[in-house]
Amino acid sequence: MKKLEMPKKVVILGSGGLRIGQAGEFDYSGSQAIKSLKEEGIYTVLINPNIATVQTDDDMADKIYFQPLNAKTVTKILEQEKPDAITLSFGGQTALNLGLELHDTGVLKRLNIRVLGTPVSAIKATEDREIFKQVLSEIGTKTARSIATYNLKEALAAAKKIGYPIMMRSGFSLGGLGSGRIDNEAELKHRAGEVFKAVSQVLIEEYLMGWKEVEYEVVRDIDGNTITVCNMENFDPMGIHTGESIVVAPSQTLTNEEYHRLREMAIKTINHIGIIGECNIQYALNPVDGDYRVIEVNARLSRSSALASKATGYPLAFVASKLMLGKRLHELKNAVTGKTSAFYEPALDYLAVKMPRWDLTKLKAGDHHIGSEMKSVGEVMALGRSFPEALQKAIRMLNIGAEGLSAHPYEFTDKLDEIKNATDRRLYAIYDALKEGVSVDKIHDLSRIDNWFLNHLKDILETEEDLRMPKTLKSDMLMRAKKQGFSDKTIARLRGNTEAKVRKFRVKNGVVPVVKQIDTLAGEFDAETNYLYVTYHGETNDVKPLGAKAVAIIGSGPYCIGSSVEFDWCAVNTAKTLAKRGKKTIIVNSNPETVSTDFDRSDRLYFEELTLERLQDIADFETPEGIVVSVGGQIANNLALPLAHNGYPILGTSAEDIDKAEDRQKFSTMLGGLGIDQPEWQEVTNLKNAKAFGKKVGYPLLVRPSYVLSGGAMSVIKAEKELELYLNRATHLSPDHPVVISRFILNAKELEIDGVAQNGKLLIYAMSEHIENAGVHSGDATVVYPAQQLYLETVRRAKRIAKDVARSLNITGPFNIQFIAKDNELKVIECNVRASRSFPFVSKVSGHNFIAIAIDAMLGLPNNTAYQTLELDHVAVKSPQFSYNRLKGADPVAGVEMASTGEVACFGNSLEEAFYSSWLATEQQVKGKRVFISVPDEHKLKFIDEAKALQKDGWKIYTSEGTHDFLKKQGINSTKLYKIRDKKEPSLRSAIEGKKFDLMISVPSLIESSSDAYSIRRLAIDNHVPLLTNAETGRLLLKCLTSEELKNITPKYWKEYFPV
Amino acid sequence: MVNKSRPVKTTKTTRINRSSGGDFFSSKTGRLDLSDGSTFGGKMPDWQTGSFTGEVVFNTGMSGYVESITDPSYSNQILVFTYPLIGNYGVSLASAESGKIQVAGVIMSELAAHPSHTKPEISLAEWLKSQNIPVLYDVDTRSLTKHLRVKGTMAGSIGTTQAKPKDMKLESKIISITEPEIYNPKSKKKVILVDCGAKDNILRSLCAMKLQVKKVPYDYDYTKENYDGVVLSNGPGDPTDYAPTIAVARKALKIGKPVFGICLGNQVLGLAAGGKTFKLKFGHRGHNQPCMESDTERCYITSQNHGYALDAKSLPKNWDVWFRNLNDDSVEGIKHVSKPFFSVQFHPEACPGPTDTNFLFEKFRKLL
Repeated sequence: MKKLEMPKKVVILGSGGLRIGQAGEFDYSGSQAIKSLKEEGIYTVLINPNIATVQTDDDMADKIYFQPLNAKTVTKILEQEKPDAITLSFGGQTALNLGLELHDTGVLKRLNIRVLGTPVSAIKATEDREIFKQVLSEIGTKTARSIATYNLKEALAAAKKIGYPIMMRSGFSLGGLGSGRIDNEAELKHRAGEVFKAVSQVLIEEYLMGWKEVEYEVVRDIDGNTITVCNMENFDPMGIHTGESIVVAPSQTLTNEEYHRLREMAIKTINHIGIIGECNIQYALNPVDGDYRVIEVNARLSRSSALASKATGYPLAFVASKLMLGKRLHELKNAVTGKTSAFYEPALDYLAVKMPRWDLTKLKAGDHHIGSEMKSVGEVMALGRSFPEALQKAIRMLNIGAEGLSAHPYEFTDKLDEIKNATDRRLYAIYDALKEGVSVDKIHDLSRIDNWFLNHLKDILETEEDLRMPKTLKSDMLMRAKKQGFSDKTIARLRGNTEAKVRKFRVKNGVVPVVKQIDTLAGEFDAETNYLYVTYHGETNDVKPLGAKAVAIIGSGPYCIGSSVEFDWCAVNTAKTLAKRGKKTIIVNSNPETVSTDFDRSDRLYFEELTLERLQDIADFETPEGIVVSVGGQIANNLALPLAHNGYPILGTSAEDIDKAEDRQKFSTMLGGLGIDQPEWQEVTNLKNAKAFGKKVGYPLLVRPSYVLSGGAMSVIKAEKELELYLNRATHLSPDHPVVISRFILNAKELEIDGVAQNGKLLIYAMSEHIENAGVHSGDATVVYPAQQLYLETVRRAKRIAKDVARSLNITGPFNIQFIAKDNELKVIECNVRASRSFPFVSKVSGHNFIAIAIDAMLGLPNNTAYQTLELDHVAVKSPQFSYNRLKGADPVAGVEMASTGEVACFGNSLEEAFYSSWLATEQQVKGKRVFISVPDEHKLKFIDEAKALQKDGWKIYTSEGTHDFLKKQGINSTKLYKIRDKKEPSLRSAIEGKKFDLMISVPSLIESSSDAYSIRRLAIDNHVPLLTNAETGRLLLKCLTSEELKNITPKYWKEYFPV
Repeated sequence: MVNKSRPVKTTKTTRINRSSGGDFFSSKTGRLDLSDGSTFGGKMPDWQTGSFTGEVVFNTGMSGYVESITDPSYSNQILVFTYPLIGNYGVSLASAESGKIQVAGVIMSELAAHPSHTKPEISLAEWLKSQNIPVLYDVDTRSLTKHLRVKGTMAGSIGTTQAKPKDMKLESKIISITEPEIYNPKSKKKVILVDCGAKDNILRSLCAMKLQVKKVPYDYDYTKENYDGVVLSNGPGDPTDYAPTIAVARKALKIGKPVFGICLGNQVLGLAAGGKTFKLKFGHRGHNQPCMESDTERCYITSQNHGYALDAKSLPKNWDVWFRNLNDDSVEGIKHVSKPFFSVQFHPEACPGPTDTNFLFEKFRKLL
């Protein structure tokens, strides 16, 4: 047996801001790892600029650096900290890549830092395609064959070698164009010939489309003891990225032979590679002959491992971190049972269905097709004891306006096309096609989805048809529908009834669900598990109600644009505070990428839907003394009123008062009464009124449907013609809601107050300001706290307003107000009587936990502390993290619609330092001194000083025509580049493609739009050139780049900013 | 004496017809009555009549229902599947572990209406029907499993009307061939496979190693014959009921050629050596049983199906506990300190379940 020396100090690399392909799952894995290492007495140092995470709470790692995860900064931190070891596997691809870089550049060796867990050589074997194939072939494991070719002759030879049909993929830059199945040589000659005209490389690959996609989560210790914790099968076969697929755990259509053959191979492969800790292995499995290919091995915790962890209850990250320290699997206990060994494979007596959450419309991605690249921004997981039950639960969990398969908001022009060429709404296209009588076999032919899944969809359809029958609804029919996951609301709709009446009838007839435990071993041993779900396939409850003293917390649901890890932080901190106050806590959430769904974060975890029906089920069973609706973002907030109307106790601000802030008319009337100004607005239901309003207040206008989350479908309208266009589209978008139009104020500042009140009295508040002028969604804005550039008068008045609003709404708990300030005038844009996304940010920057204060307020605990939150010795800047490079065609410009997928925040001694670090922390960097600047006339004057400084600092400046001429008049030299549409050289296009810039500042005009500008922005993203499109942040960044002090920042850890 | 190649049988294939309305065959209300007086409700297919009694046991495997229900060790037992969806991939008769369904009945949450796979020849429902094996589905199997875990395995009856099954020791039916059978007759090395209800995959595993296998009845005395090794198979019921098998095994130990016991064979070997067995409260039935090899501390996930176990303290001198269960520390294998006698309580031949310990066959072969 090998023995490892226990490290004393370990640096953990986090994953940074959330983005497509790398979301909150790494907060889960990092948090578990920190907990596990600390348990061993190890001093932990975490580097992660994601301030909204649980892992960066002060009771987690011993030392936390809110610093960029780049080699330069991290090397400095390692030099300062001198740890004996580092972990690379808890921070996604970011941490893994960074770790490899630190290894390759010799930093780790120089500082004598050991990599915990899987050795770097093994990581490399999984990361490098060629080494990977080589290593696996050593033990006779098959990998997908792929040959890179550079001309037609090579392509033909490669295809011959692999055998038809083959998959042809064009290398880079064409964005999937030219890819596809090729059946014979003649076809390849024709198609490859075409593609080679545009690109230099064509990949000839084995054709695996339509094979089943299966993965295993494998855990291995230093002695080679290996288990597979979970296997998972994709509903969508090969061709669709697993992050874009509906996934079931465990596999459903694999025979025992297939299940265990792949399992055995997984163990053999992972042993051969030499993983220590956790990894995931993905297979393609031929549904006809059982042949297989290994697609890839991820030598780190991944999205799949988070899912497997939640699906089985096995704490993968926690165990993996112990194994990295040299512990053996059998020396660890099964955390769920507390008695049995961690060396075991969970047996499920339920199944889990994971479904991706897309936000393609909000991200303005033109293309809704899904495929080999990830586009989804979050996911949900549903547990049930039948596939239809879990599937329909998952649909509701997504919060996309679908009540289940039979009640979705989509309309299709060509269903069969969307089934064959999958889009984000394929599932619903299939259901609608079945409804029209298209056969299961036909759908299988188009989609290659296994008939087992498709037949279940048909079962659901049959039940829907039976529910539509006019005969009286009997309880056995109702039970059948409930077992297949139909919601009361859907049943009511199909029967022309109301949800409340269906529920009443159901409960009266004893058609109620039962509560079951996730115990990891299918009931074989007694387990004190608190991990629960609700099902109709059962007779008895596994647990007894917690009853009084219990408080239920509604979580955030899936990560999506506008609702992210920050609300998970809020939920976790709520549970923490409640527990401290002697309450029993019940968390309800549906998102497997969260920390709040770790079963040791609450007394009870319900992995369940966040719907009125399910919360009623849970509350009826548990009878808690209160429900917290104000920490889970908008989904939870929207449940306040219906829950209160049904008599459930809401903790904190009353539902009526929450509604008073949500309802524009009521809120406006209230502000009017308080003498608080707000931008002129009007709710319109027809174009005539809208036009009249436009004439009255003048353009631009801001339009949006009422009750929106993160500005969904919000838009700035520059002229009457646009207004017409928008309203035609918008009314189509949401027919139930009228459209709100308000005056859009140009060149104004935005500020926010996050606060906590008790019985209407303000207890604490934090005032922050946006660097961008008004017009950028607050979720996409760069936020400074404490505010640095506000007039004292403005500060005083904002505080006054916050006090008045809190009093008028009789707020008890968290709230957030957004203001617009111009020429000393202050207007309120909106108020949310719930925790906002900036709560973790202001809490960690001010040093006061706003959620803890809010929960204490809700519990009625007196609080007379005077908090100092206005003037701090430091400043912090929160920057948005965008995922534009993941979304082909999306316009990378921040506007009134939120588009960022995450955020980071860094501290500094000055605004510039904090801003610069924070910008770098979004994984961007300026590698040289070549900048392109193009700003519209309305902003040009602002850039004079910065341009002069750049010139003095030796920068090479490129400009657009207008900017060039302007700077020239100021005595600043620059190289003029022609617009794309000018078709003249030197053009901007060839400069970007020729990698001439290290940075681009390209600010669009608010007054006129140009398609050229879009092409430039997109080119910048596609060529990985750092791009800023906002005048204020652009100017600030230029200032930072020419600042001497910022050239060598010494990274400080969080608590260093709070001298005792 | 019969010469055979591989034990593979085929039957006529049938396709599944389903009526609309969720249930794919018409059903009626059914029930399970346990000997302690408790009752669990469910549904039964219309074709099913009468009352069926057996010892109710649960298995936590998530795949391998074909292998499980054809495992002779389950004879006289009503098998409860804790995984709720059973029958998903239909039935491929090639994966059966014996010539027929051996269980006395099956209980599950959902019996698949739409099996899907390229290989299946028949649906599980049709197969059960064809062999008149009772099924009770739409049962809260988790609730039932927890009940059995707390109260221990007990007798139960599946039927439509109330029954009062008794917990007498269920008639010990030994499942074995009556005449020896020879496989791979041309192979040089010859092993005796003592059939106490052997799973076919033990035979397949031995044949795959190019060994000549003489499968003999449970009470057959092979000690006078020429052989290179003995395999004691799995089988149903109480190991002490296999007195003739134990007696012959005792003689084989004197001869000193390699002996390899599997499952019941582990208990038979232990009893032959002079040890004792006892009945576990609810047995080990599943595919995730963790075992540790005592001397190497290497751990393996194993497939198991047994209700009895060897008592570690009863083992005579010169016998060591070879494997232990990591969950309850029970004996999962024994071996002689110097002679080539060893046995495991789990199923190294897998099918169903994990293949981690398949190497034990190779270990045995090398000793021959």
